[in-house]
Amino acid sequence: MFEAPEISYAALLPLIIVFVGGLVGVAIEGFAGKAKRYAIHLPVVIATLVLAFLAIIMVARDNQGATAAGAVVIDGPSLFLQGLLLVLSVIGILVMSERFGGETPDAFTQAGVSTPGSVEEALATKMGATTTEIYPLTLFSIGGMMLFTMANDLLVMFIALEILSLPLYVLSGLARRRRLLSQEAALKYFLLGAFSSAFFLFGAALIYGYSGSMRFDVIAASIGTEVLMDGLLVPGVLLVATGLLFKVGAVPFHAWTPDVYQGAPTPVTGFMAACTKVAAFGAMLRVFYVAVEGARLDWAPILAVIAAITMIVGAVMSVRQTDVKRILAYSSIAHAGFILVGLVSLQQSGVTSTMFYLVTYGFMTIPAFAIVTMVRSSGTEATHVSQWAGLGKTNPWVAAAFSFLMLAFAGIPLTSGFTGKFAVFSAGVEGGYAWLAVIGVLASAVTAYVYFRLIVTMYFGDSDDDTVVINASALTLFAIAFGVVVTLFLGVVPSPMLEVAQQASQFLR
Amino acid sequence: MTDFPWLTLLLLVPMVGAAVVAGMPRGFARSRELAMGISLVTLLLGVLIAFQFDIGSSTQYQLSEVYPWIPQFGVSFALGVDGIALSMILLGVVLVPICLLAAWNDVPNGNNRRQQTYFALMLVLESMMIGVFAATDVFLFYVFFEVMLIPVYFLIGSFGGAGRAKAATSFLLYSLLGGLIMLVAVIALYLQGPGGTEGFLIQNLTGLPIDASTERWLFAGFFIAFAIKAPMWPVHTWLPHAASEARPATAVLLVGVLDKVGTFGMLRFCLQLFPEASQWATPLVMTLAVISILVGAMLAIGETDMMRLIAYTSISHFGFIVLGIFALTTVSMTGSTLYMVNHGFTTAALFLIAAMMIQRRGSRQIADFGGWQRVTPLIAGSFLIAGLSGLALPGLNSFVSEFMVIIGTFQTYPVYAVIGSMGVLLAALYILLMYKKVATGPAPEEFAGTTPDMSMREKFVVAPLILAFLVLGFYPKPVTELLEPAVQTTLQNVGVSNPAPTSVDAEGNER
Repeated sequence: MFEAPEISYAALLPLIIVFVGGLVGVAIEGFAGKAKRYAIHLPVVIATLVLAFLAIIMVARDNQGATAAGAVVIDGPSLFLQGLLLVLSVIGILVMSERFGGETPDAFTQAGVSTPGSVEEALATKMGATTTEIYPLTLFSIGGMMLFTMANDLLVMFIALEILSLPLYVLSGLARRRRLLSQEAALKYFLLGAFSSAFFLFGAALIYGYSGSMRFDVIAASIGTEVLMDGLLVPGVLLVATGLLFKVGAVPFHAWTPDVYQGAPTPVTGFMAACTKVAAFGAMLRVFYVAVEGARLDWAPILAVIAAITMIVGAVMSVRQTDVKRILAYSSIAHAGFILVGLVSLQQSGVTSTMFYLVTYGFMTIPAFAIVTMVRSSGTEATHVSQWAGLGKTNPWVAAAFSFLMLAFAGIPLTSGFTGKFAVFSAGVEGGYAWLAVIGVLASAVTAYVYFRLIVTMYFGDSDDDTVVINASALTLFAIAFGVVVTLFLGVVPSPMLEVAQQASQFLR
Repeated sequence: MTDFPWLTLLLLVPMVGAAVVAGMPRGFARSRELAMGISLVTLLLGVLIAFQFDIGSSTQYQLSEVYPWIPQFGVSFALGVDGIALSMILLGVVLVPICLLAAWNDVPNGNNRRQQTYFALMLVLESMMIGVFAATDVFLFYVFFEVMLIPVYFLIGSFGGAGRAKAATSFLLYSLLGGLIMLVAVIALYLQGPGGTEGFLIQNLTGLPIDASTERWLFAGFFIAFAIKAPMWPVHTWLPHAASEARPATAVLLVGVLDKVGTFGMLRFCLQLFPEASQWATPLVMTLAVISILVGAMLAIGETDMMRLIAYTSISHFGFIVLGIFALTTVSMTGSTLYMVNHGFTTAALFLIAAMMIQRRGSRQIADFGGWQRVTPLIAGSFLIAGLSGLALPGLNSFVSEFMVIIGTFQTYPVYAVIGSMGVLLAALYILLMYKKVATGPAPEEFAGTTPDMSMREKFVVAPLILAFLVLGFYPKPVTELLEPAVQTTLQNVGVSNPAPTSVDAEGNER
């Protein structure tokens, strides 16, 4: 007999709002005239995100618990991360919507499918094709991310993984300039992402074979009771972990990160770097802390090693980069390693610190990429480090904002980067991983070299005459200012946010 | 004692002042005067605070303030001073106006914000200096310890000489590396302590029962950071570069005050928090200190660049300070803390007066000088006095402290004391050789008669420094009285008693 599960719509309201918003976006694409689309899309998307955020605070928060036959769980961590995702998405969308005086969002092509430089492309531009399909795509991706953080079932998690990934593959290929690079990035991301999904699915199958269920609570209960079946469990956990670690760009599953970060439209890179990390670490927290916590002796050492090599590789490789976007890509790898230190600690503070770090990282990453979109040389983004020389003299505000974000990336006190690092490292030390904290600080020192080299270039170098900073609209400027203010605020007065993260750190099982 | 937040105020005045200076409209003509005014207010406030301080009090940290800052991490915004911290803060607030005056014409006022930024950064630095010495919360100390790198980084990198970018970066990375290693020790120390919302306060972390091997690791974490900062051989290589590329005023604050955080940290954190490990590490630390004394001195003798030479003499002097601290006697430690004050004035004078000549000659190379006592007799004469203070001539300030360090060390570690005292001889060599090459000999044709001697502004820079030499040289008693109780408390926390008095005692040496 099949019984329809009870579904608490109130608890799922934020998710429903986002998906409905996405569908409305599709309808707008279909029915609204080309000229009006941008003007309709932007308020709809922002309204959707704001409504969803309000729904979290006012409705979902009071309806915590497992629902939909235990497939999803609405609890502290999932609500916290969903709220974070929504706020980050708002500023991410603002950056994506920047038109720099043009008709459509500047970073995106009007003819994603056509060959760069072809007749079709020219035709599409001539006929006034829009780039507004990015809005529904982004909303679907955000919906997938939100589902990812609350999934309490390996299959639901897999579905969420796909919902969040597929729009991102498309968005990565839509860059208006350097199209070939962008298309290459999309293809790489898609192929490797498909592989990692397959790993995830294979792992899910093995865990199912071990425990007889996809649900995390059942898996957790079965660990330790099934004798002689560890041969299924441990490989299953590691394969599932592979799929998740791929999404955060942990070494050795990081190869896609630099290419995709470089090739994708810069606003998408910022959005992806911040939000995918939030979602994937949310999912990882739930898998490792709820589902397979009982088998930690088998997987925690491996995860610790992955954290170590992620920090080392991310830091060391970033030293050799000469492209700002690739530097930020490798730095995102190193940051993934830092977050893993908090996660692997398996302490209560591990959840708090991981979530707190995600907040800090998100709010410094999106503005950093937003600044990259503004620095131009002969029409395209000037991403080579040498092209940033002398920005401190020609554009003191932009240089100051970017330098401040670099200080935060480097983890200098009084920026959120420091409080975040302190939180994860102290969780790590508390969990008995002092050696990881040592590797972490050494990696921080190496990355600091990279960030300070950027500052040196901007302030102490001679200016590059071709490089200009184009005037951004209030959208981008607001996003940058908001990120910078949050970064400063979380560095000076982190305790309110820590308090919230601490209260939200309890998983419902 | 009052409840008024004196130290917070002292911290805020230069900080807010910096914001005001930086916020003035572009090309604002009076930013120098404004900055000077702020630094003088700070000085006045510092003196007022010094009068609030009660030397006879039995509490270790006076004027203390504790506010919760990040309770989740156990962090408080806690300030307080003992005699050592107070003397360092006073040194800082005295030197800053002198340095501002010396830096008066460093940055021309064009149609930009460079001059304002320069003076604002100096004031930020002053605020950080006060904070780092006044912090009585380990986390807060760490925050100041790291954040203070940023203004120095920009002071060197934006306003320094030709090799400034490289010098700024190497300074920053060295310090950051040390600081980050300390960060792990800071975290681990908290977990050893009672925890809770005030778990980072020093008094909650003093006298913890930590097992021996953990304690040694923690000690190492802190010590490496302080050794880099101090700087000691073999992690001294950043200093000559940073000091010679920085503007002289920056170099003074960097070497004269900021580097003291290293030796100050050894006293306050390494010794007090990890007494067992400190004693365990003493032979190694003393050896490094002696090597620093000798290597610094020998490098100074061989150096051809005047600013770098002065930087090397500091490495030698820091060796003495560390030697005295780890000898663990009242005399040697009081000597070391007094040396920390004296060295600030001596280095300031050496750097600033050398810079006056360098500016007139247009070269830092000693070989480019010669006969300058006939060109600029006042400058050369005061340079000689500064040099004599550097080589610890009796009657000038450094003599008292250096003598106390050697005597005190001799009580417990005679061998190190004897080898270390070789540094005194070498000091005479590098100072006098430099003076001979720079100032004596026939007057250079192209400069004699045309080069102006010390200006009125420069006289105001040099006069207070030389006054400090004489006062501290002939009558150091007020300062030693300020320092000695703090030293005693530290020694009690380490759990060491003085060796049985021999023929000399502390009082005998001071006069």
